[in-house]
Amino acid sequence: MSINQSGWRPEMTVKGTDTAAPTFTGNKALMLEEALIFEIGSSETTGVEVAEPVAATSRFGDLARTAPIGLPGLSEPETVRHYTRLSRQNYAIDLGLFPLGSCTMKHNPRLNEKMARLSGFADVHPLQPIDTVQGALGVIHQLAHWLVTLTGMHSVAMSPKAGAHGELCGILAIKAALEAKGEGQRRIILVPESAHGTNPATAAFAGFAVEDIPATADGRVDTNALIARLGPDVAGVMITNPNTCGLFERDLKTISDAVHAAGGYVYCDGANFNAIVGRVRPGDLGVDAMHINLHKTFSTPHGGGGPGSGPVVFSERLTAFAPLPFVEEQDGRFELVEEENAGEHHAQSFGRMVAFHGQMGMFTRALTYILSHGADGLRQVAEDAVLNANYVLRSLEDVLDAPFGKAGPCMHEALFSDANLADGFSTLDVAKGLIDEGFHPMTVYFPLVVHGAMLVEPTETESKAALDQFIGALRSVAERAKAGDAGLKSAPHFAPRARLDETLAARKPKLVWKEPAPVAQAAE
Amino acid sequence: MRYLPLTEHDRRDMLSVIGAGSIDDLFVDVPEAARLDGPVRDLPNHASELSVERHMTALARKNTVAGEVPFFLGAGAYRHHVPASVDHLIQRGEFLTAYTPYQPEIAQGTLQMLFEFQTQVARLLGTDVANASMYDGSTACWEAIGMARRITKRGEVVLSSGLHPHYVSVAQTMAKYTGDQLVYSTPNLDDAGDFASLLDYVDGDTSCVVVQYPDILGRIADLKPLADACHANKALLIAVVTEPVALGAIRSPGEMDADIVVGEGQSLGVGLQFGGPYVGLFGCKEKYVRQMPGRLCGETVDADGRRGFVLTLSTREQHIRREKATSNICTNSGLCALAFSIHMTLLGEAGLRQLAATNHANAVAAAERLAQVPGVNLVNDTFFNEFTLDLGREARPIVRALAERGVLAGVSLGRLYPGEDELANGLIVAVTETVTREDIDALATALEEVLA
Repeated sequence: MSINQSGWRPEMTVKGTDTAAPTFTGNKALMLEEALIFEIGSSETTGVEVAEPVAATSRFGDLARTAPIGLPGLSEPETVRHYTRLSRQNYAIDLGLFPLGSCTMKHNPRLNEKMARLSGFADVHPLQPIDTVQGALGVIHQLAHWLVTLTGMHSVAMSPKAGAHGELCGILAIKAALEAKGEGQRRIILVPESAHGTNPATAAFAGFAVEDIPATADGRVDTNALIARLGPDVAGVMITNPNTCGLFERDLKTISDAVHAAGGYVYCDGANFNAIVGRVRPGDLGVDAMHINLHKTFSTPHGGGGPGSGPVVFSERLTAFAPLPFVEEQDGRFELVEEENAGEHHAQSFGRMVAFHGQMGMFTRALTYILSHGADGLRQVAEDAVLNANYVLRSLEDVLDAPFGKAGPCMHEALFSDANLADGFSTLDVAKGLIDEGFHPMTVYFPLVVHGAMLVEPTETESKAALDQFIGALRSVAERAKAGDAGLKSAPHFAPRARLDETLAARKPKLVWKEPAPVAQAAE
Repeated sequence: MRYLPLTEHDRRDMLSVIGAGSIDDLFVDVPEAARLDGPVRDLPNHASELSVERHMTALARKNTVAGEVPFFLGAGAYRHHVPASVDHLIQRGEFLTAYTPYQPEIAQGTLQMLFEFQTQVARLLGTDVANASMYDGSTACWEAIGMARRITKRGEVVLSSGLHPHYVSVAQTMAKYTGDQLVYSTPNLDDAGDFASLLDYVDGDTSCVVVQYPDILGRIADLKPLADACHANKALLIAVVTEPVALGAIRSPGEMDADIVVGEGQSLGVGLQFGGPYVGLFGCKEKYVRQMPGRLCGETVDADGRRGFVLTLSTREQHIRREKATSNICTNSGLCALAFSIHMTLLGEAGLRQLAATNHANAVAAAERLAQVPGVNLVNDTFFNEFTLDLGREARPIVRALAERGVLAGVSLGRLYPGEDELANGLIVAVTETVTREDIDALATALEEVLA
């Protein structure tokens, strides 16, 4: 294994040279190209000094590593520069409005980061004796109390690692409850067709068959169709509320009552809880299980794709089946309830989902956020999130088609379709045009129930001025797409990269860096 | 409220643009019976940054901080020194507050980092390819078992007794729903691990064999005979690595022909964090890539011919395949993968090997010193930075007694295997570069006193 020792040379293969006058480096002032670590590092370089090992007899048997691994190193200044340069090729909430529908890209308060880094939280091992981690268990217990109270539910499982993992937790609890009743024949989970893809994937993983329930013309689950499908083979439903069209499912309580009467359970996807926190308690709508994305509603950072955290709140009917471990308070002392002390009280738990106790680093951040806002502030969070979304909806519905706009207000996100765009122009073109305007695009082509969907979630942490600028930008791009402005088809023009060839990436996957083949010596 | 920019004036203006009389008009779809007329009761209202900081700091002070005492815990989570620049860089807002890179033109930073991470992980594990991370080692392990089922269309899974018991529990939970049949027994302190005896369980119905390397007791054994036996029966060998630093010193599972190698990446860059968030490593042979769970980043070119990176092979994933996806995973552990990758870049090959050598030397010194304590026996013949002691008495109360003396001595097997009397005397001791000679002396001295 060799690593490029010669230093990286930018390849200047830019097409269309009349518009792109390349520089020697490939850089454009503050827009800096950056090589891969494999092209600039070397296996001898290190940015870490480790104490010289004392002489010792190896205890590896005959398994000592002899072959090179192929890991390039950089000194600290090179490392800081490499990752700082890479970071500048990312859009982020810290740079501007990030209106990804259903993703809830709100501001991440830095106090949360500071608190998570207190050594009393960050430098504690998950298997320390219980008496040495009372503060950590206290964080879990306090956050659990907030989540249960805010949702009006009975209990909460804190260990799921992200939203989809939380879905799995809820569905496994439903499965365990059905099996405990001897009703394993209930093999169907009903999922509205507007659901996020994780819902059917989760149900299928747990061994359920998934049946789609259609949507009505006003963007909600077809209550009559759903109730008509209930029966002795139906285990339950998975409903997102507010749903992925950004609408409140008005009939959820009616649906819950019908599902319960038919012997099933109601799973609510809580990805959009941020729209109703402090205004509605899902427990009052008959929900049996709901995951909460701490990285959405409670503002733990998305980090470019995680880590998340997906605690699941349960109704009384499902509490006995919740996973291990969890925290209980006994006489002012916190206990970790695990396999050994689950006892008769928790004998029906469906088991363990993860090593250790869940996403502690996310719990400290979420609790910090919740305490900062308090009960009154969290209600204001929902109200401002809904206000901002409706402001976007009403400010743009004259230029973009809002398929459910006539039906009433939206919740935390505004949904548009591609109906008003000129022939040959797509939602993708609008999205890429927004990039040139300095915004991250909205969620596109989801939910599937709307053609060319554009789902805009501004969140409550955007000012009116920021919204007005975004609305102006989206209006301008939409008008260009209506007018058939060809420049939009090749947008973005000002991003670090033009549109990327995703087909090539999938057809010939290059998933790891490989040393380029040496260039053959040209025969003279 | 400091995180909410709208003023009352803004709110009034915006309501009037919307054509709503009040905020309540925007919640009309909520059935009246479910509407709350004010903040949720019995919860406190908003608080200043200073007062929240006081509250959280008071909670943090109730924990014993690993770095402030002689500390020897491992068993799936290891305390290593993380260079200051790692935490600085992952707090760059462009990394911290970005989303999953769905718009690659403005996410090349995250995407290039993931491509580098995948390459680093594949090289470390000795696999052809690696994905862009899983939640943690335990969930990566059961995802690997599920992947083996899809590849072999078989359901018999042989778990080594050396697999971390939490990983076993997770696999057992999931197997109840997937229908996999698991063969497992708890470890034995008297042998050198169970790899030889596992050969007897491998036959034409076996989907996969899952082994941990080094195992839960710290033992290291050659995987090649097992890999050969698996392949002779068209089964897969899955290797689990909970301490990736070890692979700076010992052969990688991929080198020994393991088909899928998963791991817990917490050791590099992430820190202990009371158990999470961590980062699952997932690598495999190239021929199985389309059965992998999770996100993959791949190299491509943009419309101008410049190199760039995108998420790829998403036809495996839930947002495209829905109920036919290879996994339901969506958000994974991106920022922890970044921390891992930065730490690995700072180390480089030379630094990783040095770090591994120092860990091993410290562990050898500790094992020799502790084995001199009367009544204490070293279980391991082989180990990297973690080994198991037989204390001759139940270890769990000893660990508590040592904690009261300010020494966090290790993880008792009684904690990991409650009710297993034959294991109750066992203590797993991890010794990393953060452990000093004085720490080892403090543990030995305290252990002598408590055992006396």
